[in-house]
Amino acid sequence: MNILVCLKQILDPEVPARDFHIDPAQREAERGAANLVTNIFCENALETALQFRERSGNARITALSYGPATAEETLRKALAMKADGAALVVNDGNPNPHPLTVARVLAAAILQLGQFDLIMLGREAGDWGAGQTGALLAEELGVPCVAFADSIESAGDKLRIRRQTEWGWEIVEAQMPVVVTITNDEHNVPRIPKVRDVMMSYRQPLTKWNVSELGVNAGDAYYEVTELFIPQKETRCEFAAGDTEEERAGAFAKRLAELTSAL
Amino acid sequence: MKDIAIILFASAGFDKAAQGLTGAARRLADQAGAKLRAIVVGAAETVAAEVARIADTVVVADQPEVADYQPELCLNALTQICREIFPAAVLLSNDTYSQEIAPRLAHRLAGSAVGDGIEIRMQGDAVRVVRQVYGGKAQAVLEMKRSPAVVWLRARAFQPAPARAAAGEITRAALDLKPDPRTRIVERKREETGEARLEDARVIVAGGRGVGSREAFAAELQPFAEILGAQMAASRAACDAGWAPATWQVGQTGKKVAPDLYVAIGISGASQHMAGISEAKNVAAINTDAEAPIFKHCRFGIVGDYRKILPLVRQKLAAVAK
Repeated sequence: MNILVCLKQILDPEVPARDFHIDPAQREAERGAANLVTNIFCENALETALQFRERSGNARITALSYGPATAEETLRKALAMKADGAALVVNDGNPNPHPLTVARVLAAAILQLGQFDLIMLGREAGDWGAGQTGALLAEELGVPCVAFADSIESAGDKLRIRRQTEWGWEIVEAQMPVVVTITNDEHNVPRIPKVRDVMMSYRQPLTKWNVSELGVNAGDAYYEVTELFIPQKETRCEFAAGDTEEERAGAFAKRLAELTSAL
Repeated sequence: MKDIAIILFASAGFDKAAQGLTGAARRLADQAGAKLRAIVVGAAETVAAEVARIADTVVVADQPEVADYQPELCLNALTQICREIFPAAVLLSNDTYSQEIAPRLAHRLAGSAVGDGIEIRMQGDAVRVVRQVYGGKAQAVLEMKRSPAVVWLRARAFQPAPARAAAGEITRAALDLKPDPRTRIVERKREETGEARLEDARVIVAGGRGVGSREAFAAELQPFAEILGAQMAASRAACDAGWAPATWQVGQTGKKVAPDLYVAIGISGASQHMAGISEAKNVAAINTDAEAPIFKHCRFGIVGDYRKILPLVRQKLAAVAK
């Protein structure tokens, strides 16, 4: 069985708000001193794929990324986590392509890489968080899509996919090929690669293309960012006052009671 | 002006999200001088009747193939209905099913999708949507470049619309559906919280890393939540530690809630968490660290150890209740 996991490298979302700056003219976040990391849901997807391979035994996992040249780091880490192969489509154009372009580029790369039974992506990225790439990729490939999954099992010639809903969860039976977007769960926390595997990952082959080599029609308009800004919050906290803890707790309780009785 | 459409899944009922979605769409339609056309998927006459009080027309897709949500069949049905209506915009809520199919629906209609909108407006003929990016640290305005604009909204955060004098006409969708065996939902499990959905809760008591243990959630936070008539929630740190179930998780990687009051206990207020509560009307916090970012988002707060404060607060609240 052939599994493809798509991974995106993003600006570290853990950067505290005070160190986060934007370039309003470019309508982009500034890199600043922030690290570049693999989007967490993409790592959850890779972890889910690795666990599937460990259970089923005969799966091959290819990691694919579309991004700047630095996204090679994301793929080296995927190899260190024990993906079987990796490919990078280098984006030398618009640094923030819209999700339809991303889906088209990924679809074109997938055609080059071969046939896949299961294509996995994170449910959204921690930077722009559009939450569309998986669904649009499924449409570009003409295959079904199951969203918000947290585990996948083999069931004969089908897959049993467990996915989260706002009420609880559902089991989806899916024929292959299928696109699945992955969300986080206590069972798919990404593993930490061994130091030796990290070193070895740099010796492994990694396929690289430029977008132009793939012949993608990525030029269509989809949406345009007309403005990017940091919202100014005006909230001013009223701290509970009092000389003793009991008085302060009393003041806090009074405010809670006022507010809840007003609801 | 072409019409504005909304998609409602009847299984959720005409809940706060459906009301907010309908309200947002009604105002957008009025602004654009367009009709509001509702599409109800699934069998629930009450939902169709409720939405007909606000929409100009309602089309119901209650055929057995789509009455229980199945991704491929529902997508196919909605594509057919939207091709008939030919709307300028299709609005959905931010539930699992809507998010799963909205980008695909946009693709099939040669439109553009955008999600998690907190504001939507017309700019001339174009639809503009405001949404949070970078985990809530920034906001972006996006202009949709293809039509229809398929937009899912943080629907609970929008005001409902008043009923109109004349109810809209309700019709049944004419659909040509072929079986699609490629995917099938074979099991549906509702976690029994015994309560309404967290997304619909009016008061929420949430615990974070500072709560310290699973036992403390049960022994300290639960009784406090009961006094306030609140539902329980947790930060990602508390869920990852196994102190609270994953279904309680609020934040960028969890649920987006919009309560009237959100009481954060032992939650520092990292932007990933705040991204889930940006629509809360009032935030209150208990934290040992007066410099914790959570206080920057609070209407009121108290600095101290919740283990000492909560029993006192519970006492006072119980006294007030009497």
